[in-house]
Amino acid sequence: MFHQGKNLFLSGNEAAAEGVRLCRPQVIAAYPITPQTTLVEKLSEFVANREFPCKYLLVESEHSAMAATMGAAMIGCRVFTATSSQGLLYMCEMLSYVSGSRYPVVLANANRSTATPWNIFGDQRDSVAMRDSGWIQFYTESGQESLDTIIQAYKVAEHPEVSTPVMVNIDGFTLTHTYDLVNIPSQEEVEKFLPPLKTTNKFSLEAPKSLSFTIGPDFHLESRYQQQKAFHAAEDVIARVDDEFAGIFGRKYHGMVEQYRCDDAEHILTVMGSTAGTTRIVVDKLRAAGKKVGMIKVRCLRPFPKKFFAGLGGSCKALGVLDRNISFGYEGALYTEVRAAMLKPGASIRTLNFIAGLGGADISKADLELMFEKLGGIASGQESGQKEFGQEEQEHQYIGLRWS
Amino acid sequence: MAINYKDLSDEELLYGAKTCPGCGAPIAVRLALKILGARTFVCVTASCLGATTTVYPQTSFFVNNAIAAFPATASTIAGMSAAVEMQGLEDVTILGIAGDGGTADIGLQALSGLCERNDNVIFICYDNEAYMNTGIQRSSATPYGAWTTTSPVNETGTAKGETRIRKNLFDIVSAHRVPYCATASTSYPRDFMEKIAKAKNLKGTKFVHVHAPCPTGWGYPSEKTIEYGRLAVETGLWYLAEYENGKVTLNLAPKVFKPVESYLAPQRRFRHLKEEDFKVIEKQRDEEWALLKAKAAS
Repeated sequence: MFHQGKNLFLSGNEAAAEGVRLCRPQVIAAYPITPQTTLVEKLSEFVANREFPCKYLLVESEHSAMAATMGAAMIGCRVFTATSSQGLLYMCEMLSYVSGSRYPVVLANANRSTATPWNIFGDQRDSVAMRDSGWIQFYTESGQESLDTIIQAYKVAEHPEVSTPVMVNIDGFTLTHTYDLVNIPSQEEVEKFLPPLKTTNKFSLEAPKSLSFTIGPDFHLESRYQQQKAFHAAEDVIARVDDEFAGIFGRKYHGMVEQYRCDDAEHILTVMGSTAGTTRIVVDKLRAAGKKVGMIKVRCLRPFPKKFFAGLGGSCKALGVLDRNISFGYEGALYTEVRAAMLKPGASIRTLNFIAGLGGADISKADLELMFEKLGGIASGQESGQKEFGQEEQEHQYIGLRWS
Repeated sequence: MAINYKDLSDEELLYGAKTCPGCGAPIAVRLALKILGARTFVCVTASCLGATTTVYPQTSFFVNNAIAAFPATASTIAGMSAAVEMQGLEDVTILGIAGDGGTADIGLQALSGLCERNDNVIFICYDNEAYMNTGIQRSSATPYGAWTTTSPVNETGTAKGETRIRKNLFDIVSAHRVPYCATASTSYPRDFMEKIAKAKNLKGTKFVHVHAPCPTGWGYPSEKTIEYGRLAVETGLWYLAEYENGKVTLNLAPKVFKPVESYLAPQRRFRHLKEEDFKVIEKQRDEEWALLKAKAAS
């Protein structure tokens, strides 16, 4: 299955670092935070060994890390930074500066819960909280996908119609600190796929300009509309970049959203991030037992695969959405997105929201089987017409909750 | 480095800023750019200067420039400096500009990081002694006794303006052992420009803290900016100094200070001060100068 390059046994963070190395950013600015640390450690090693020409700024905070990448982007450099959790929240102000100024910065975020309760382990509350920061958001399933998505991320971010920063979300510990066989493409192939950055969104000594402009009410809507247009353009670009990537490297991630064994599936579970790996196994097992189940893997939270969910139908009778986050006062954030996209008169698909895997809690195969079971339950209840929705199953389910 | 006025370029690289009349900030930046020239990349933080120079679709800068987030002048220029090095751009100056709040308060952490790494930039703090852009709120650079909207004065005497001594940026930055750190004043243009010229020719982090009077926030007629800047130095409430190679040099040490009242009393922000307050301020000044002279002598 591997195309070229070499195969190494790497952690998710190391795989991501290899991806960054292959993209040859000229400036990296980063601040350490668990569980991102082994990624930036690897990068310092690469830079120290002069594996690619790069200036690595050892900044004093994540806020400064993002500001420094912005400063370097103004001069036209390809840049990289990585963070996690509190660090991402600390960057929040700068995320908006970078996206509004349309710099193609790539950030790897090791997904981790946000304090308090203080917790260093994985969930997706950090990046979900930054959903509206104006960044494209990818979520990865494996170390391999993390490496590949970083390469794709630069290609998407730097596309002239997109020119928008990209956040690659890698589940903390579950991916960042677990080892797997990872194919590392050759430098030549990556350079063929991703030539050096060309941009006009930078300073010029010949024709000086103002960047990151202040824009008052008179032109503000136009500026924001252009950002929205860039996200719409990104939908196609993400798909095309993934196709082109597959053509060269032989690995395909299906753009913004992947369906796994969904063709005739009646009960489908929607997941985002590393849980997709376990869910595949559970789907295979249940399929072998004759159950018509499938998985939808959301790879991009922004742009959101709205058209895909709007068109969902066919055999699907019950759709579950697994959220490793909660938007307090409402529900899992992905569930809200999926439901909103599906809204149409006479929709017949029943939905359940599963909240699980918070603060690093394991999402086991048994948990996932339980979710499919519940989906089967509401689907058959609906079919038989004997039970009203909500009587037999709560819409929002907290998997593994011991006391409330 | 001696500056000869007649040799200065007629080219204006900052022109038409929409500041209040008499604002010290564009004086500082215009003079600095006279020395630094067209191959300067400027980064201005959220401040009066940012708000009055670059609002789409207009700009007062004739050099490359960008707005930085309030805490991020130092970190943004650090990135710019790294990028310039990686792109092999030669003979380019990276200039960060922030107000006193953007430097001494919200920008201090990033500034410390910049100085510690010794990134190759010039950082100018233009100091008007309060958050003027947001409407005169107290900063850690607001002098003792000054009225601001958040250090008010009342008739009962429970509020007497600013109660603390200002943060000393010159000491803070020089403690990082940067190659160059200086204080200056827009009322002493030759001294200021000579310091900028010196900074331009040194590698590493150069910091120039320039006193920039503010008629609106301080409450004096707008045509008297230069006069008040001079009075601050002549009364010893501002000083002109340099730190280089571990040595502190005083550029101007008045033998006799003018009475502090001559500077303070006519300003609206100090009009509540009484004789005993002037005495307190004189004492603070004398203590500060004793420390400063000891440093300069060592």
